[in-house]
Amino acid sequence: MSLLPLAIDLVLALTLLWLAWRALNSPDLFRAVVLFIALGLVLGLVWVRLDAVDIALAEIALGAGVTGALLLAALAKLQPAASQTDELQTAELQTAELQTDQAAVMAPIALRLFIALLLLAFLAGLGFAVWQLWVPAPGLSNLVEARLDESGVAYPVTAVLLNFRGYDTLLELAVLLLALIGVWSLSTAPHLGDEEPEPALAALSRLLAPLMILVAAYLVWVGAYAPGGAFQAGSVLGAAGVLLRLSGWRLSLSATGWPLRLVLVLGVAVFAFIGLAVIGFDQPLLGYPPGWAKPAILAIELAATLSIGAILAALFIGGRP
Amino acid sequence: MFVSLMSVALLVAGAVFFLAGTLGLLRFPDVYTRLHALTKADNLGLGLMVLGLMVQAESLAAAGKLLFIWLLLLAASATAGQLVASWAQGKGIAPWRG
Repeated sequence: MSLLPLAIDLVLALTLLWLAWRALNSPDLFRAVVLFIALGLVLGLVWVRLDAVDIALAEIALGAGVTGALLLAALAKLQPAASQTDELQTAELQTAELQTDQAAVMAPIALRLFIALLLLAFLAGLGFAVWQLWVPAPGLSNLVEARLDESGVAYPVTAVLLNFRGYDTLLELAVLLLALIGVWSLSTAPHLGDEEPEPALAALSRLLAPLMILVAAYLVWVGAYAPGGAFQAGSVLGAAGVLLRLSGWRLSLSATGWPLRLVLVLGVAVFAFIGLAVIGFDQPLLGYPPGWAKPAILAIELAATLSIGAILAALFIGGRP
Repeated sequence: MFVSLMSVALLVAGAVFFLAGTLGLLRFPDVYTRLHALTKADNLGLGLMVLGLMVQAESLAAAGKLLFIWLLLLAASATAGQLVASWAQGKGIAPWRG
């Protein structure tokens, strides 16, 4: 029966490659986005097969879910502009296609074969190099295991993300915030009319939104001893925001000013504040005083979850309120 | 032994529904009939698979989580089907007739 896992892995790997190829190769952008989402889901399964449940959760929630929603939102913004100039463009496109077709025919077949061989050789070299690297080494995991007790949490991934390598996580949060600032500086949020949402969608969002908030809270809490944590929980919150937005829910005008901005920066602010404040207790930057690691990590994770959820939903809406 | 036999039977039955649904998705003539094939396969196929896994679950809580996944998917799948169908109707796509 040991053939079965191998067969599953092979099917997953081939599906992944095929989806990636189709997503890159599809002339229809909508189809490409849908294929990309499917790719994210299959990639999540691959991570599960590799026993990396944390990455699987992040890949499915962020890579497939949130990125998929963002791509679809971007596509929806491209579409109206495209349909206006549609007729003009189709004519241009056809001539362009003709030209590229001719160019493709004119490129000497020997040259193309040569480039293909070169790329194949490069791929083989890369594969060989990676194969050589593959000595089953424990890496830093022994070190993490040995000092897990000091980290304030019982789950090594969370210990690395929020304690041993807190620096990386802080900068990731900052990057997310910077991305939103970039989007906000480009445009204002599109004003959506007060059109009635689909009744079925409205009913679903009333059912799901409270549940998603509950799941997000669970994911933050469980991150202390099992796969979970701020990014996964934040993306669930963000998805709840996207769903509410799609079903016609709007943030009241009084909340779009400083309250919204406060929630957006809360994660970075709390993280940076705690990271700096510990210097006063004779600790290095971002080093928690003994005994204070657990409350500090919990505070940071809660703040980060709120901020990540708000930032992702705001990115989907696209534009400052 | 009985439990694993039952589990296998339920999982295979679920897989048959998925297969039939996929076939319908590929072969049916228009968007509405394809939706019919897809949502039926999702709901029943996954329901049978969840049942098959539930009889093997280690604890009541694990079985409850599996059941919950199915209920969530029922709600999401029904809504998505409704959304696609009403979008198609809004576009004026006429249902296929014989």
